Amino acid sequence: MLTFSQVSKYYGEAQALAPLDLDVATGESLLLIGPSGCGKSTLLRLIAGLIQPDSGTMTFEGELLSSENIQLIRQRMGYVIQEGGLFPHLSVQDNVTVMARYLRRDATWIDARLVELANLVQLPEALITRFPAELSGGQRQRVSLMRALMLDPDLLLLDEPLGALDPMIRYQLQQDLKAIFTQLDKTVVMVTHDIAEAAYLGHRLVLMRDGCVVQSGSFKDLCHSPVEPFVEQFIAAQRDPMARLTEVLQ
Amino acid sequence: MMLRKATEITMADQVIRWALQAFVLLGSLLLVCSASNAAETPNDPVLQMTVGSKAFTESVILGEMLQLLTRQGGIKVEHKRQLGGTRVLWNALLSGEIHAYAEYTGTLLQEILVNEYLQGEAELRQALAARGLKMMQPLGFNNTYAIGVKTELAEQLKLRTISDLKQHPQLVFGFAAEFMDRADGWPGLKQHYQLPQENVRGLNHDLAYRGIASGAFHATDLYSTDAEIEYYNLQSLEDDLDYFPVYNAVILYRADLDERAPGVVALFKQLGSRIDASTMSKMNAQVKLNGESETAVAARFLAKTLNVSVDFQVQTSWQRFWQNTVEHLLLVIVSLSAAIVVAIPLGILAARRERLAHIVLGMSSIVQTIPSLALFVFMIPLLGIGGPPAMVALFLYSLLPIVRNTYAGLKDIPAAIVESAQALGLPSHVRLRMVELPLATRAILAGIKTSAVLNVGTATLAALIGAGGYGQPILTGIRLDDMSLILQGAVPAAALALLAQGFFELIERGLLPRTIRTKTS
Repeated sequence: MLTFSQVSKYYGEAQALAPLDLDVATGESLLLIGPSGCGKSTLLRLIAGLIQPDSGTMTFEGELLSSENIQLIRQRMGYVIQEGGLFPHLSVQDNVTVMARYLRRDATWIDARLVELANLVQLPEALITRFPAELSGGQRQRVSLMRALMLDPDLLLLDEPLGALDPMIRYQLQQDLKAIFTQLDKTVVMVTHDIAEAAYLGHRLVLMRDGCVVQSGSFKDLCHSPVEPFVEQFIAAQRDPMARLTEVLQ
Repeated sequence: MMLRKATEITMADQVIRWALQAFVLLGSLLLVCSASNAAETPNDPVLQMTVGSKAFTESVILGEMLQLLTRQGGIKVEHKRQLGGTRVLWNALLSGEIHAYAEYTGTLLQEILVNEYLQGEAELRQALAARGLKMMQPLGFNNTYAIGVKTELAEQLKLRTISDLKQHPQLVFGFAAEFMDRADGWPGLKQHYQLPQENVRGLNHDLAYRGIASGAFHATDLYSTDAEIEYYNLQSLEDDLDYFPVYNAVILYRADLDERAPGVVALFKQLGSRIDASTMSKMNAQVKLNGESETAVAARFLAKTLNVSVDFQVQTSWQRFWQNTVEHLLLVIVSLSAAIVVAIPLGILAARRERLAHIVLGMSSIVQTIPSLALFVFMIPLLGIGGPPAMVALFLYSLLPIVRNTYAGLKDIPAAIVESAQALGLPSHVRLRMVELPLATRAILAGIKTSAVLNVGTATLAALIGAGGYGQPILTGIRLDDMSLILQGAVPAAALALLAQGFFELIERGLLPRTIRTKTS
């Protein structure tokens, strides 16, 4: 579905992404992980066309991505960011349907889709007329997900969607996201720094450091056959808290 | 929920539409009002004339005489009263914005045409003819400059002539602002008499009398026909070294009036040699000290001296208030709406193109640094006097707050929101309309409010270039030292500023959805 070949990105003098090759298969859930500043968000923003690469090419469904076609291709992608990026001056329903209305989709279709999505992300229908400031953090992320899914995109891009939520809500949303991914069977590229979340939601994990891919594979691959000590360290740093506690007490 | 409610976007659109409609309606109503005011022409409007006057009482009385005589000659006439300075009148006469006004020969020779080194009346008439202007026979009085001191001080220091001032370098002088700068004013006087005084300040001519009376300074420049000389018990010092030229009052008019309005020119000519210094001084006193209207004084003179009985109406204070209100509102509404229409796109442009931002914000800041009075005067060579140049100046003045707030409002939108809109696939102009502008509305409206208040206040200065408005009673009040007249302009102007602020606050209430409104309040 998505290929990167020799894509690089600089911010001024600093290299955010070294020339990089990557393929994302249709239906795959790809989780980008790594420490802050490793380039995982840059990668996602390149896909969404929010920034342009300094070298290399990207294709989407075989089509070369360029500034000319990005506008159209974006309609086939859904994008969710950490704080949701909801428009504060629009109600939930207006936030979710803004693009569909711009495209002049049929009003009854829009209404039906709104209900369908609210059910899918388990957002109470009563909240539909509220404004973002009147919702909890978890509810806002559900709305943001609805907005990303509104036009039934082929590819779902999520940039730390659960990063700002407290652990209980985060856990709940992880369950719900997993169910939604399974149910919709969409291609997903998601950024997180939480290895457990990545292991739970992803078919494939891509661990990055300093703008380079360190290792790509399943969680098991990363655990059992790490290609370098950094992989072990990254996983060890986020081990199960109970095991960690035991270790400290001994 | 199945039936989608009217969205915030369309509601906001609606409110903007209503507000703009109300604004435009009010503006066009005022235009119609002022047009119909101007349209009531008596019989055959061959020509409409405008006469002018400077911002002191004598000039206004003479201007009223010209106005009454012109009307007597059957021609529709307007009197642009108390324009801000000699240059304003001279340029307006040259460009045909006014057709006649009373000037002084000394001012023509020593100030306006000083660079031509004219000698005598013949050369002066020639120089005027070259500009399409004519000068009538002198009216009969010489209103020269004089230096005045309090009589007690003169006796105490034995001051009789201007030369006597040399012995007293400690004396403080207060001169009319114009006198400070004129070629025939203080700089020349100081040199001619070798005066040692360094403590000299400039101020309004009418206020100078109060200053000298209160003892704030010891000497001031007088016009020899000023009514206050006697009133404040001042003594004018003899010009023993013949510094001040003769300032014979003359009517200056455009030469083409000879053909276009011969009847009026003939009436004007009757004034020649009919006003001597004591008559003029008395008329000044009737206005300044007795509080009579300039029109009544001028009409009485014409009836008594020329046996021309003119019917005139003195505007009631309500008529005057209404006229000032219409003029002021028109100035504000036209200039502010133009500023809104231009400044918001400029602010958007600046926010989109960082390079342009420096230019756009820099230029509008530069305009803002020009003192407002200077900006009005800059407009005169380009657009003449009256409403239009004042509107352009006010328009320029209103740009910066709106441009800057539009720019800042757009720049302050969190990056996450801008990127979300981008990632949705909304094209740039739709993002602007549906997301960015609504989020910047509060900032933009704050800019408009600032501009509106500034605009209403600054518009009071527009009276100096003949645009009328609430500045008119303020100017007259300063000239006549009449606090109640000043308040008649200042209070409505302040009220209008508050109203404008309230109007835009109402719009803000209609435009902003409840969450954005409550978030910061």
